Amino acid sequence: MMIVLATVAGWPLYRTIYFGFTDASLTNLDDARWIGFANYFTSLTLPSGATVYDGLLVDPAWWRAVWNTVRFTVVSVTLETILGMVVALVLNAEFKGRGLVRAAILIPWAIPTVVSAKMWAWMLNDQFGILNDILLGLGLISEKIAWTASPDTAMLAVVIVDVWKTTPFMALLILAGLQMIPGDIYEAARIDGVNPIKVFWKVTLPLVRPALMVAVIFRGLDALRIFDLIYVLTPNSEETKTMSVYAREYLFDFDKFAYGSAASTLLFLIIGLITILYVWIGRIDMSRER
Amino acid sequence: MAMKPLKAVAFYALVAVIMMVAIFPFYYAVLTSVKSGTALFEVDYWPRSFSPDNYVAVLTTGTFLRNLGNSLLISTVVVALSLLLSITAAFALSRINFRGRGLLLLTILSVSMFPQIAVLAGLFELIRAFGIFNTPLALIFAYMIFTLPFTVWVLTTFMRDLPIEIEEAAIVDGATPWMIVTRVFMPLMWPALVTTGLLAFIAAWNEFLFALTFTSSNSQRTVPVAIALLGGASQFEVPWGNIMAASVIVTVPLVVLVLVFQRKIISGLTAGGVKG
Repeated sequence: MMIVLATVAGWPLYRTIYFGFTDASLTNLDDARWIGFANYFTSLTLPSGATVYDGLLVDPAWWRAVWNTVRFTVVSVTLETILGMVVALVLNAEFKGRGLVRAAILIPWAIPTVVSAKMWAWMLNDQFGILNDILLGLGLISEKIAWTASPDTAMLAVVIVDVWKTTPFMALLILAGLQMIPGDIYEAARIDGVNPIKVFWKVTLPLVRPALMVAVIFRGLDALRIFDLIYVLTPNSEETKTMSVYAREYLFDFDKFAYGSAASTLLFLIIGLITILYVWIGRIDMSRER
Repeated sequence: MAMKPLKAVAFYALVAVIMMVAIFPFYYAVLTSVKSGTALFEVDYWPRSFSPDNYVAVLTTGTFLRNLGNSLLISTVVVALSLLLSITAAFALSRINFRGRGLLLLTILSVSMFPQIAVLAGLFELIRAFGIFNTPLALIFAYMIFTLPFTVWVLTTFMRDLPIEIEEAAIVDGATPWMIVTRVFMPLMWPALVTTGLLAFIAAWNEFLFALTFTSSNSQRTVPVAIALLGGASQFEVPWGNIMAASVIVTVPLVVLVLVFQRKIISGLTAGGVKG
């Protein structure tokens, strides 16, 4: 098992990092030359005496992709956490048809990302989309919006679809946390006449926090590596291009394999750094034995 | 829990909104998929006509049927292989004490959270070197990276919960470790196996990045890639009807699986998260 994991994960990761330091191209993988940090940063002095800097670290398009990724992750995970909390609280209450609701919210989760991207692309279609129709009907917008094509709304469209698709996952993880809270705590709070909003902030939230933190990190890591949704929903949009999309473009579309590898390596480092920071700040003990 | 009428109404309104938002996009895809011709471009909220044209078109033209077969084959093999490997691994990780076990588990967990793009370049080289580029084998191999850590993790958590006495009784009766795994654990574990297998299947069925990168011809693609690349007669004509029909075909088996195994899936999902 460990051997399989090593060949499937360890070795390719090592090779990706290695390629990042070479001049490899798609057609020329085998005799790639070692060129050090040139893919990341290089300076060139022109005959005129001016110095030009090149490489990933000074590529504005790369930093834009980093910014897009971080922005997307923060906005969508925040929304998913809030909505997931609401859904979890609803499902935690006893009511008729709870099983039905729980089954229904699993549907977005089960639908393949590509399919949900296509479904929403159709609903968000500028000419024939149902969303524009609904919003026009309600009088919320005065003209049809080109959700996925317009630079102003492309990111919003991606966030909407992502929130729709992944809130169920968040809700179920939070729900599992909620169900571990013993009922007598609420009983005690009710007898003491504590107002429900206060109960939520002072009792529910602190107790569900460990589950919440784990759910957020799972979703956060998932959001940071997002690729398929953006590739299908808003291809060629500068506004939504994330690190993964950027890296893959260089790897396979622009035939700059080494440069793409360098971008992949940097992406790996950035995500690793964010994870360590988060775990450190949140002080979650991932390896705790129960 | 007794609620005041007003509160109850507000509560059920919220429930209704949640249901609506969750189901509507899928409902609308089904609705679109049974329209044909110009009806496609009129917004309807209720079904008004029924035509199987789009389904016929998707299944008879192009390679969609073949793609479905590819997806089914790849996902099934991936699930079988990763369950087989992870049962033995989970046994070792949960029962045999050795140095660095905690660290090993942590590594396995972090691999499951790997950004896939970070291994894409290296995997690409490896797959080309093996000569399996553009074959189902390439994807089966690549998918291990995300199914295996997950199945090992969940099965290990599950096995730790099994009382050790059962095993000790088996050892006293002279059973070998292999017999313990197959005769004692397997019967006890099948619910966990179904859950993890199901989740791994869904993950493999839905995967896009590897499938897009490691296949190059239409006949070798899996369904998500096929749907993403489904084009019309011309570059500017998007065949929405066909895309929706294909989407429904791909999603229906999953939705049925999810509804049937609802409880198992939820427990599997949360085992990966909360218990970690």
